[in-house]
Amino acid sequence: MTQDAYNFAYLDEETKRMVRRAILKALAVPGYQVPFASREMPMPYGWGTGGVQVSAAVMTPEDRFKVIDQGADDTTNAVSIRKFFERTAGVATTTRTEEASVIQTRHRIPETPLREGQILVYQVPIPEPLRFLEPRESETRKMHALQEYGLMHVKLYEDISRHGHIATAYAYPVKVEGRYVMDPSPIPKFDNPKLGRSAAIQLFGAGREQRIYALPPFSAAESLDFEDHPFDPSKADHPCALCGSEDSYLDEVITDDAGGRIFVCSDTDYCETRQARGYRGKDAA
Amino acid sequence: MIEISGLSKTFTLHNQGGAAIRVMQGAELSVAPGECVALTGASGSGKSTLMRMIYGNYLAEAGRIRVGDTDVARAAPREIIALRRETLGYVSQFLRVVPRVPTLEVVAEPLRATGVSAEAAREKAAALLEMLNIPQTLWQLSPTTFSGGEQQRVNIARGFAFAYPALLLDEPTASLDATNRAVVLELIEAAKARGAAIVGIFHDAEARARVADREVDVTGFTPGCAA
Amino acid sequence: MTETLTQTAPGRAAPPAPAAPLLSVRDLGKSYGAHIGCAGVGFDLYPGEVMGIVGESGSGKSTLLSCLAGQLAPDRGEVVFDTREDGPRDILTMSEPERRMLSRTDWAFVHQHARDGLRMGVSAGGNVGERLMAVGARHYGEIRATAADWLGRVEIDTTRIDDRPGTFSGGMQQRLQIARNLVTGPRLVFMDEPTGGLDVSVQARLLDLLRGLVRDLGLSVVIVTHDLAVVRLLADRLMVMKLGHVVEQGLTDQVLDDPQHAYTQLLVSSVLQV
Repeated sequence: MTQDAYNFAYLDEETKRMVRRAILKALAVPGYQVPFASREMPMPYGWGTGGVQVSAAVMTPEDRFKVIDQGADDTTNAVSIRKFFERTAGVATTTRTEEASVIQTRHRIPETPLREGQILVYQVPIPEPLRFLEPRESETRKMHALQEYGLMHVKLYEDISRHGHIATAYAYPVKVEGRYVMDPSPIPKFDNPKLGRSAAIQLFGAGREQRIYALPPFSAAESLDFEDHPFDPSKADHPCALCGSEDSYLDEVITDDAGGRIFVCSDTDYCETRQARGYRGKDAA
Repeated sequence: MIEISGLSKTFTLHNQGGAAIRVMQGAELSVAPGECVALTGASGSGKSTLMRMIYGNYLAEAGRIRVGDTDVARAAPREIIALRRETLGYVSQFLRVVPRVPTLEVVAEPLRATGVSAEAAREKAAALLEMLNIPQTLWQLSPTTFSGGEQQRVNIARGFAFAYPALLLDEPTASLDATNRAVVLELIEAAKARGAAIVGIFHDAEARARVADREVDVTGFTPGCAA
Repeated sequence: MTETLTQTAPGRAAPPAPAAPLLSVRDLGKSYGAHIGCAGVGFDLYPGEVMGIVGESGSGKSTLLSCLAGQLAPDRGEVVFDTREDGPRDILTMSEPERRMLSRTDWAFVHQHARDGLRMGVSAGGNVGERLMAVGARHYGEIRATAADWLGRVEIDTTRIDDRPGTFSGGMQQRLQIARNLVTGPRLVFMDEPTGGLDVSVQARLLDLLRGLVRDLGLSVVIVTHDLAVVRLLADRLMVMKLGHVVEQGLTDQVLDDPQHAYTQLLVSSVLQV
């Protein structure tokens, strides 16, 4: 089978129009989960089928595409999706955040601030932030419609009562433009401050659950908290061992069988760019 | 204070072939503040029925039962509840309370219902229980486990906790020893002295003679039993 | 027939009822096809009053309660509630957001099975705190202090505040449900067989607790039960239902001691005496 056998970006034009309509609605009602007719994709659920459909729908031949998985451009999932679009859309790809026009991500927001004109596409496993405590979809939709969000705070209350602090460390819920409570996908809470007032368009696609939602540029996304337990976007208290960055999100990497470990930037592009500019951490080669 | 006129009552037993039993007709009664009227008549002549009707416990068929400003025969439930809370006290022969509630609270409850603070109500309740010789060791226990005589005294304490302007007493001295009987009679006399209108049933003739100003024989209101 | 006489129904600290009813029901009816759920029901409930609804299974009492509490849409009638902000409003013509807001602020609903009224996956403190958070409480320390206070008021050891309801006994679960409902200071409480599934010894404790709360908070209550002993101890007024119709209503002890309708007489005489 050749590349010519596919329509541009795999999906047929009618499907892309359908997805775009859902995206436009999602942008018009920030934080609201818009149902869409999610298609079967040539990859299993959980591998980013929602994100891929959103990327396919917004992609143009002129775009430059980047995919990250937990911040890294070189993991299986990221490589597969990048190749998928190279083959089905023939678009240029990149690992540089600054160069990319469409970035599909799983579980991170790039450290490099996004700019106007960029689109960040999130892969979302569970779009419903209320599901943890209210399993009935009919009820959660009503709760969103009526802004009954007390339950979100019950979850945070439970955290504090059990751990002494809000222990939710990822998929930390935000309130969008003072209206809808939204699950930002399983990004670390460290990334939450980057959600709000971003210059880029942020789109969220959940393939299995058939939902799309969005944060338009410069919209507010406030992390939920208590007055006496304010939101704290904490991270591991180390500098990156490779680039020395003090303020990027770090992965813990086990280096040997003797319990040796180092902390390195989870955003590989950010880390490499810094190293190229001469920044060095204590374990840099 | 209590004015009854043209009062009648029929029990219809729907589940026993709809038998209609006329138990009262043309009852008249008037009790002034500070006065104690004893209801007399043979057993089954309707003393308790009349008393229950005054209390709103039995429904009047026709006639008027004026207690203070309320016509019990026509009053809405909430008016009767207000009347029972503020105006009309009742000492029955039987104690019916929620199990496990301490005796002190049982006696204090009528006061609490009128807005008296918990502390003041308990103080008053304690004074009454003491007067009626209920040992202090029992005050924190539920009266449901008490002897008949003790229960009767708890019931009396409860009935006299609040200074009702009108009081109904059903055999208040039954099953009491001489000492406690004397205390109850004193309580009744004190209530009269402060102006309470009292309707009582006393089988204890001596007690009746001591506290009652008048006797009314209810046999006269009983159809078919007219004297 | 019972020869005992009741004490007064539980009185309240509140002064004599003000002129306006809190809940005013007119000609309420609900049918399930040809089957009548309830029909022609009307009554006024005043602040601080406790009204019992009795009848056997299928008499329509639960249907009626659901209609009153806005959980079921009746076919006809009015249910007018005296709201804090706007005075009397027919809850049946209210928007759903308004009705749901009422149901978590000024109203409370105590279910027969605590599981239906509790979040079993959430700690006792979280269960009590939920309604506070739902109306905007955002101070963890204050929410927790209020929850602890309420656990104390329903006689649950405050050291259990972080335990889940699944570890509680049936009676404790029911008391927790009550705390969870009353924490926002509702004025009207609906109760559906609140003592239904409990041991007799536990029932008495719960009844006593309810009586105290009703008196101290000046609550108005509509309580559905088939247990005449429960209404005798808790309710000021009684409504007897049969086949969807109200056959008799009045002062609780009067209805129980001098029942007028054949069905009520049967009901009262069928109770086993102990």
